[in-house]
This record gives sequence, C-alpha cells and structure tokens, in this order.
Amino acid sequence: MNFDEFLANFAEQFDDTDPSEIAKDTIFHDLEEWSSLTGMSVIAMAKMMYGKTVTGADIRSCITVEDLFHMIESK
Amino acid sequence: MGASVVAVGRDEKRLSETLSLLDGYSHVSFRLDLTQINDYSDTIERFPKLDGIVHCAGIRHLTVCKMITAEDIDTQFDVNFKGPVLLQSSLLSRKKVKKGASIVFIASLAYAAAGIGNAIYSATKGAIISYANCLKVELAPRLIRVNCISPAMIQTDMIHQHDVTEDMLEADQQTYLFKTYGTPNDVANLTVYLLSDASRWMTGSNIELTGGAPKI
Repeated sequence: MNFDEFLANFAEQFDDTDPSEIAKDTIFHDLEEWSSLTGMSVIAMAKMMYGKTVTGADIRSCITVEDLFHMIESK
Repeated sequence: MGASVVAVGRDEKRLSETLSLLDGYSHVSFRLDLTQINDYSDTIERFPKLDGIVHCAGIRHLTVCKMITAEDIDTQFDVNFKGPVLLQSSLLSRKKVKKGASIVFIASLAYAAAGIGNAIYSATKGAIISYANCLKVELAPRLIRVNCISPAMIQTDMIHQHDVTEDMLEADQQTYLFKTYGTPNDVANLTVYLLSDASRWMTGSNIELTGGAPKI
C-alpha cells in the first residue's frame, strides 16, 4: 500500500472537508465532518480498494490517519 | 423554476424533444442507458454539480404471479430500482450533489395498491421507497432532502399497454373521486415543489398523488 494514494482515497470519503485539511498526523475523529457514516465509507474503501476487512472497532482504535493506514495495511 | 436541466435517458429523440420544450438555453442532455453503469460512469464526470435530481425512469410489464420469470424480475428491477440506485451512488461518490440539494424519486401508488399482474412492478416501487428512506438518513448531515412521489394512474403511454382498451380506462377513471387520471404536469408540479426551497423542511416523505384513486 502506498501512503500518498491512501491519503487521497481517505480524503475522498469526505464531501465538505478540503483534502488540504487532511494529513498524515491529522486526528481524523476530530474532523468536523467525521461521523459513523464516514467510518462506514472507510470500511467500504478498505474492502473495495485494498481487499481488507476492517471493523468499526479497528477504526476507533486509530488516532491519526497514519495509524489508520498501518492498521489497514496490517490486515 | 429557471433551472438548468441535465436530462439523461436512452432515447435520443425523446431527449431532444424534452429539451425543446424547455425555456432557456442552458440545458444539456446525455444519452445514457442507466442499466449499464459500466458504460456511463465516466460520463458522470462531465455533469455539473446538481441542486436537484429527479429519478423518473420506469417500465411496467404485467405478468400474473404464477408466470413470473427471472427475466421479468431483472428487466423491471434493472430500470426501476438498480438504475436509479446506481446512478445515485455514482453521483454521490463523484461529488456531483450539492449541499442542500433535493432528490426526488417517482415511485407509484402501486407500492401499496394491489393489481392483477402488477406484482413485480409494485415490488420495484416498494423497493425504491425503502431505499429512499435510508438514503435520507445518510444525506441529512449535508441537508440534502430525499422524497418520493407515488402517483396513481397518469395519462402516459404506459397505461395503454397490455391490451387495455379505452373503455376499460374510462371505467377505471370513474372510480377516482375526481373521475379522471392525472397528467404528467400534475406530477411535474409536485416535483417542482419538492425541488424548490418551498419544501426545505421535507425529507423522507412519500407523497401519494392520486386524484382520489381507490386503494385496494
């Protein structure tokens, strides 16, 4: 998995958040637009784009976008 | 309304005819078969961002329950359910729906009214109403409204299919409180209301537009 590509895919899950607001060390739970719906989009993204199965609990255990990347990569 | 319309459909001639009936010059059309998502997904990129979406493609084939085939199910579900659902999915994932937009599904009173031979058509309309009911929840954070219109019989080519005679239609109209079927304009006027800010506090509604049709 390539991180920059992952970052772009992750940012794509948001409708009103500018991609420039999302970086490696962004605490994604703090983003105004983050919600259970975005969480479900990330679960679908992990499955569709990387063939990885992640759960809501997996996502909750991550703090930064980089954490999320490593968690999905490790699956 | 003064809107710029992006018309989408399979039939080039009817698309041109539709555009020719509209005031203004900012309208565009795309010839797409909504049942073929793999063919049209790139075209969606060329769409402008939308303030309103009306899902109004629909077909109806009458088949009695004991004769229903897999093909009957697929044909009607492809156009009445799968097509609008996948188009909506594509528009959302490509960020073509503006914040505060309004989405309207033209369903049918058939979702709740029983009719001989109408089982699959009715099921497709029930399915789209259930889908819209979930879509409203997912889009509410962006203040996007999702509503359905369920008309009773409307005077279109669809009602003249399947060996139905004018006498049968006339007798059926007499069972309506207003003694007449609706017109496409009746549906269009309600659609305009749902697209406009006049309905800004409405989402998740399924409006039955019936002229007093009897419900069986």
